[in-house]
Amino acid sequence: MKILNCPLNGPRPIQEFHYGGEFHPPLDPAELNDADWGQEVHHRHGEPGVKREWWYHTASGTWFIAERDNLKDHVIQTYLYTPECGND
Amino acid sequence: MPHRLLKFGFSDHHPEPRMFREVSQLKPEYDAVIIGGGGHGLAAAYYLGKDHGISNVAVLEQGYLGGGGTGRNTAIVRSNYLTPEGARFYQASVELFQDLSRELDYNLFYSERGHFTLAHSPASLRTQRWRAEVNQHLGIDSQVVYPDFIQSQIPQIDLTCGGHQPPIHGALFHPPGAIARHDAVAWAYARGADRYGAEIHQQTAVTDIEVRDGAVIGVHTDRGYIKTRKVLSAVAGWTTHITKMVGLTTPLVIYPLQAMVTEPLKPWLNHIVVSASLHVYVSQSSRGELVAGASLDPYELISSRSTLDFAESMSGHLIDLFPCLPQVNVLRQWAGMCDMTPDFSPIMGLTPISGFYLDSGWGTWGFKATPISGKTMAFTLANNRDHDLIKAFNLSRFERCELVGEKGAASVGH
Repeated sequence: MKILNCPLNGPRPIQEFHYGGEFHPPLDPAELNDADWGQEVHHRHGEPGVKREWWYHTASGTWFIAERDNLKDHVIQTYLYTPECGND
Repeated sequence: MPHRLLKFGFSDHHPEPRMFREVSQLKPEYDAVIIGGGGHGLAAAYYLGKDHGISNVAVLEQGYLGGGGTGRNTAIVRSNYLTPEGARFYQASVELFQDLSRELDYNLFYSERGHFTLAHSPASLRTQRWRAEVNQHLGIDSQVVYPDFIQSQIPQIDLTCGGHQPPIHGALFHPPGAIARHDAVAWAYARGADRYGAEIHQQTAVTDIEVRDGAVIGVHTDRGYIKTRKVLSAVAGWTTHITKMVGLTTPLVIYPLQAMVTEPLKPWLNHIVVSASLHVYVSQSSRGELVAGASLDPYELISSRSTLDFAESMSGHLIDLFPCLPQVNVLRQWAGMCDMTPDFSPIMGLTPISGFYLDSGWGTWGFKATPISGKTMAFTLANNRDHDLIKAFNLSRFERCELVGEKGAASVGH
C-alpha cells in the first residue's frame, strides 16, 4: 500500500487522499491579454520532473502541498501552504 | 492453410518475408521525420506516401513498433461520441477501419461486436440519449436501449449488479462498435509505409529538436543528427518531453491507464460492454480472453506500472456485472501512459513553431482514431494547413477558450 505523509496527521494510506493538480501561484487576469490568460488557465507543466502539487486529506479536510517526482512516483516532502509558497 | 503451416513447421529458416526493410543507416536529410512508431505515426507515414507522394520519410521509434499506446489499449473501435466534431472525426476513422484489412492486405481481425454503454442512473441515461441524438443526426448507427433488450443480447449480465451497485436503467447501443488486433494495425501500416518508401528506425530515440527563427531545421537522435523541415510528434506518454525540446507549453499531463486480460474462455461474450459508473469496459478477444480496462489512475504519473488496487477493484466490478466470473483467473495486467487534455479531445495539427506538428492528447481514445489521424496528419504535413476534420482540435483552442468537451470519451470521469 502506498503511504503519503499528511503534514497534520502523519503517514496515511494513499486512498485517504485526493489529488488536486499542479500548484502554481495564480496570476492577475487584469494584467494578462486573452491568449496569456487562456494559457494560464489551461496549460500545465506535464513534463517529467519534480513538481509541486495540491493534495487533499479527505478524512481531516486538509489541503497541503507535496513535492513529488512524477516519473518515479516518489514524494520528496509535504507541507502546509503558506503565503511564501507563492514565491518561486 | 494446413499445407502452408506444415511447410512452415519443417522449414529451417523463417519462410515468411520480413514485414519491412531493416535500414541500418539514418540518411542525413529527410522531407519529414515522424517521432513515434505506433499506429498513428506509421499510419501518417503510410498516407504521406499513398495520398501525397512524399516518400523520403523516417519514422523514429525509441523502443519497438507498437510498444506504447498501440499495444496497450483494449482495441475498441467506435464512433458514438458526443460532440459533432468528435463524432464526425471518429466516424471517418470507423469507415477507414472497416476496409483496412483489404486495403493493407493484412488480417486485422476486425470484428464488429455491437457496443453497449450502460447507464446506472436516470442522469446517465439522459446523457446516453443526448449522445444517440447527436450520433443519429450525423448518420451514425446509435440508439438508446432498455433492460429487456440488454438482457436478451447478453444473457449472462446481471442488471441488478448483485445489489452492490446501482442497477442498469438502459444503455447506448452502437452496433458498428468493433474490436481489432491492435499489434497487427501497427505492423500492417509499417509494411504499407515501407512499400511507399518510408524508413522505419527502431531503437532510435530523439534527444533534441533543432529550431531556428521559429522553424524546425533538424532532429538530434542517439544515432546522429538529421536535417529536416517537418517533424511530427506522434508519441503518447512522452509528448510533454518532446514539446519541451521545442519550447512549447501545452495543457497535457500524463496519467497511467490500467488494463488486464483473463485466461482464455470459450466464446460467450459477443458484445463490448462499457460501464462508466463501474469504471469497466470489457470484450472477449478472438483468442477467448476477456480484455478489460478501467479508469485512469487517480493522480498524474509518467510510468506504466500497474497496481494491486486496480486488479482488485476491477475484478470486483467485473463480477458485479457478470456473476459467472469469480473462478476465472487473471492472466496479466499492464498500464499505458495517456496524454490527458482538459476537454478529452486530442491536440492535433499545426503549432506556433513552423514545421512542428502535433498528433497528441490521445488520452484513452487513441487506438480507434489510428487510420483517420494518420490520414489527416499526412494531409496537414503535406499542405502545411490543418485538415478540415481536425481544425477544432488545434492547440490554439485553449488560448481562445474554445474547448471541445468530449463527454463520450472512455474511462474518464466527467
